[in-house]
Amino acid sequence: MTKAKRFDILEHTADIGLVAYGRNLEEVFENAAEGMFSLIMDIDKVGDSFSCELRVESEDKEGLLVEWLNELLYISEVNEIILKMFKITYLEKDRFLTAKVYGEKVDLNRHQIKTEIKACTYHELKIKKDKVWRAQVIFDI
Amino acid sequence: MADYLEKVSPYCFKISKSYKKGMRVPGVIYADEELFLLAEADKALEQVVNVAFLPGIVKASFAMPDIHWGYGFPIGGVAATDAKDGFISPGGVGFDISCGVRLLRTNLLACETRPLLKNLVHELSRNIPKGVGRHGKIKLSPNEMRELLATGISWVLKRGYAWDEDGVCIEEKGCLDGASPDKVSKRAIERGHNQLGTLGSGNHFVEIQEVVDVFDKQVAEVFGIFKGQLVVMIHSGSRGLGHQVCSDYIKVMDKVAKRLGLELPDRQLACAPISSAEGKSYYAAMACAANYAMANRQVLTYWTRQSFETIFKKSAKELDMNLLYDVSHNLAKFEDHLVDGKSMRVCIHRKGATRAFGPNLLPKESPYYTIGQPVIIPGDMGRASYILVGTRESENEAFSSTCHGAGRVMSRSEAKRKIGVEQLKKELAEKGVVVEAGHLSLLVEEAPEAYKDVSRVVDVCDGAGLSRKVAKLKPLGVLKG
Repeated sequence: MTKAKRFDILEHTADIGLVAYGRNLEEVFENAAEGMFSLIMDIDKVGDSFSCELRVESEDKEGLLVEWLNELLYISEVNEIILKMFKITYLEKDRFLTAKVYGEKVDLNRHQIKTEIKACTYHELKIKKDKVWRAQVIFDI
Repeated sequence: MADYLEKVSPYCFKISKSYKKGMRVPGVIYADEELFLLAEADKALEQVVNVAFLPGIVKASFAMPDIHWGYGFPIGGVAATDAKDGFISPGGVGFDISCGVRLLRTNLLACETRPLLKNLVHELSRNIPKGVGRHGKIKLSPNEMRELLATGISWVLKRGYAWDEDGVCIEEKGCLDGASPDKVSKRAIERGHNQLGTLGSGNHFVEIQEVVDVFDKQVAEVFGIFKGQLVVMIHSGSRGLGHQVCSDYIKVMDKVAKRLGLELPDRQLACAPISSAEGKSYYAAMACAANYAMANRQVLTYWTRQSFETIFKKSAKELDMNLLYDVSHNLAKFEDHLVDGKSMRVCIHRKGATRAFGPNLLPKESPYYTIGQPVIIPGDMGRASYILVGTRESENEAFSSTCHGAGRVMSRSEAKRKIGVEQLKKELAEKGVVVEAGHLSLLVEEAPEAYKDVSRVVDVCDGAGLSRKVAKLKPLGVLKG
């Protein structure tokens, strides 16, 4: 599974979206987060000297995905860091999750910004399971 | 959809409310044939239909000629709900609350300033913090933030970033009533406390422009606009603070919509009764974000005036750098409008649309009271931008609203694939446009080809009576986020 596709970019006239894949919900959430930050920056060049733990709640799995991604954008902006690694440590009944995330302080001399994401929206939000889990989100740019 | 679609005038199309069960009003799109085809090509028309489901919506779900696919509302969408028993939707305002534009006049002639243009753009670039997530030169304490959010332009004036005469040339005089900082989350305040006076990224800019055409001499004279004049346009919004307010309240409204069992075709349209605790709290927080956005553009104006002083070695007052007008294009507001021949208080959502009041609707002390409100329309950095004026007849169209820009036609990734940075820089250089950007890689997303032709968009606004053309502006120097 390591070589399986983790996410695809979704075209949108004004904004941008992505479809993330995973064998379980935890993995699809982690891949969506990685997809989002790789839209913002080439995260291969980002280190992992920063880490933090977080908890996110919602009333359903779709809402949980949006809240998770918005939480990461918030952490990234107030700490001026870029995140690259995401580990969901606990996910209960699609209603809340805890996670540990890693990244690095933004250094514009080394890191090239690709785009700014203002927020993750509820527009055309979908999570479903065929062979694997699939989650679709649209961002406001 | 074709069976439910009717062309009601050369610039107006109507989608019947029988098109989909649940539509409370028809959809009305202002466009010519070509712009309509562009709207049909993405999901924008479906979004016009979706907005027609909003509880309490009156008259129609409107779309301006620069309409394109958004999230929830289309970009270019206008919807008014009955202030008494209607609903308010954060998705009808968007994440960049009170994103807007303003125009500064000068008494300089563009042709005389050409030798200094490069230095000027560079000085602006040095002076104005820009780019993704960047913090600014001002850091505010929680108490200062509260005062700023509650009072908008008054706070900025007190701190010396504004001229006395600026306030009256801002929509709602630079402060939305009903702003309550208590309704803004700690997180939003945390995101906003060090971003005042920053441009941001994406399509935000400071642009030096030349007035190349005047269509209405009488109005232009009142506006202080003349052919050959150098003017400055500033486009920015409420930054991280606004994004957080929207995210916070969409979550709240999502729960309300579920609790009330609302049937909405798109979850991003989540809404609450205007009179409910949630509806009132959202409005109070949104008004704070709007006050922040207007203050942000004012501080950007301060750095801009300062940059001109450095380059031209004259004071900004001597350079007559007055504010023509500042108007938002992502906002919900309470206004009185005629609905079925009767005056009604409505909550009007403008998402990528601009208020365009005709004569006698602005406050009496406004210099434009008798002539109508200036409307500032940014185009793209290669072609043109416009100054328009509100009209009397637009009250009877889409609640005195008009377009907000050119509207995108090409996705950002498509722009990146099709246009190279070097090619774009060369193209702009050939046109004599000087550019500096926070992130060069982002510049191609904003290439002129990625946008519709703004001249076509404003012609439709003019033809449909939404607003009237006053002057055409050409870009000379661009500072992008």
